[in-house]
Amino acid sequence: MARVPVAEGVFTWSDDPQLIGSRCSACGIVTFPVQDSCPRCGSTDMAERLLPRRGRLWAWTTQEFPPPSPPYAGPTGDAFVPFGVGYVELAGEVKVETRLTEANALRIGMDMELVLVPFRTDDGGNEVVTFAFRPVG
Amino acid sequence: MDVAIVGVGLHPFGRFGDVTGIEMGAIAIRRALADAGVEWRDIQFAFGGSYEIDNPDAVVALMGLTGIPFTNVYNGCATAASVLTLAANTIRLGEHELGLAVGMDKHLPGAFSADPRLYACPSWYGELGHFVTTKFFGMKINKYMHDHGISTSTLARVAAKNYRNGALNPNAFRRKPLSEEAILASRMLNHPLTQYMFCSPDEGAAAVVLCRADQAPRYSAKPIYLRASAVRTRRLGAFEVHSPWLPIEETAGPTVDASRAAFETAGIGPEDVDVIQLQDTDAGAEVIHLAENGFCADGDQETLVADGELEIGGRLPVNTDGGLIANGEPIGASGLRQVHEVVLQLRGQAGERQVPGDPKVGYTQLYGAPGVAGVSILSV
Repeated sequence: MARVPVAEGVFTWSDDPQLIGSRCSACGIVTFPVQDSCPRCGSTDMAERLLPRRGRLWAWTTQEFPPPSPPYAGPTGDAFVPFGVGYVELAGEVKVETRLTEANALRIGMDMELVLVPFRTDDGGNEVVTFAFRPVG
Repeated sequence: MDVAIVGVGLHPFGRFGDVTGIEMGAIAIRRALADAGVEWRDIQFAFGGSYEIDNPDAVVALMGLTGIPFTNVYNGCATAASVLTLAANTIRLGEHELGLAVGMDKHLPGAFSADPRLYACPSWYGELGHFVTTKFFGMKINKYMHDHGISTSTLARVAAKNYRNGALNPNAFRRKPLSEEAILASRMLNHPLTQYMFCSPDEGAAAVVLCRADQAPRYSAKPIYLRASAVRTRRLGAFEVHSPWLPIEETAGPTVDASRAAFETAGIGPEDVDVIQLQDTDAGAEVIHLAENGFCADGDQETLVADGELEIGGRLPVNTDGGLIANGEPIGASGLRQVHEVVLQLRGQAGERQVPGDPKVGYTQLYGAPGVAGVSILSV
């Protein structure tokens, strides 16, 4: 069984993974994921940027029912496990929406760190991996 | 050119089996025409809003093929506000003198869903389970409660109020009062929001007949004037649904922008408003929208709700017909349902749920995916 990312170009594949964003060369705004035009100034001069691995929890909730499928492709029925979801502000660059490794004991402002976690098993028996943030400290 | 509303009509909201959206639309139109004392052949133009029905103008097959310009509109959760705005502007431009705004929808049960790519979101965003509107509302109110000291019991009180008001409204979907305890004990969907704090997608239709204000006395003994109607989309930095990322910079959402624009056009302020309809996708949304529309400062909702000020007899009566929580949300019709309620309140025809003291100014607000808001201000 191989481990495969949920999509190419979303995060780097390493022990210290990073999300892959982009930065506008004209106005400096940072986006996630990569996009090829700037939502602030309209420039098409965007450069890939690896985002900081750590940040602070800006907002959160829980997803306690299986999202409508499609588009949701994860476990449903008895296999569904509620999960936390939120925005993590990455060191003054950008806030990213993300799955959280915890659904309890979350609090706004807590320190968070990027990790890769199993998401589902695909039809070929591969383990699909996604990014998530976990509390640190 | 000022614009007046001289007729309103509603098909009840709820679940209606095999009745089609178009049939519900025709019923709402007939009621609005009867209310205005006009015939379908008098209507010079129409705008029709819907999410599920591709061609609301197909209603002419039931009403009469009179050849009028009939434009179909879909604009997210602000569809009905857009229909109203476009119809009013057609009169303001002097193009026509008497027209119709109608909205209709017939949704399947359960949270709305779509292909995230149609919202400029990547496929993996939906695959991971992030393309869920209810989760956005959970995050927004959870953060708002943290920042402004709003309690969970305030959310339950707001939902209970709307079920209570819905019980007084013969056209509502949910007509059974629910206790705060039952609301808090219902299934947690997206912390801190439980099942009974949310509205449901459902079915229904609403229609409004508009005319040039100077001609309104021909049709109505008590015309209601549309003082302003504004639609706005999100700006960069607003905290919006279906956003895989947000910039560090923060700015106000489209509701704030639409509200300010509408108040400026109308030349009045929030303190002048006597009856209010807000987008209560969930109880938290009503709490937030009360401040976003200028009716209170952030955090004041805790006291306002505890003191009963949002009740029909309170200082700021909100969602007097039960709002979305009791009526559900047929997207195309939802905002015209709000206008229908405000018109009845301003005419003094709201029966058991009539706001006391002869209300003179009413307000409606819609908000939702993909980050769009619509506001209207009406007065006697």
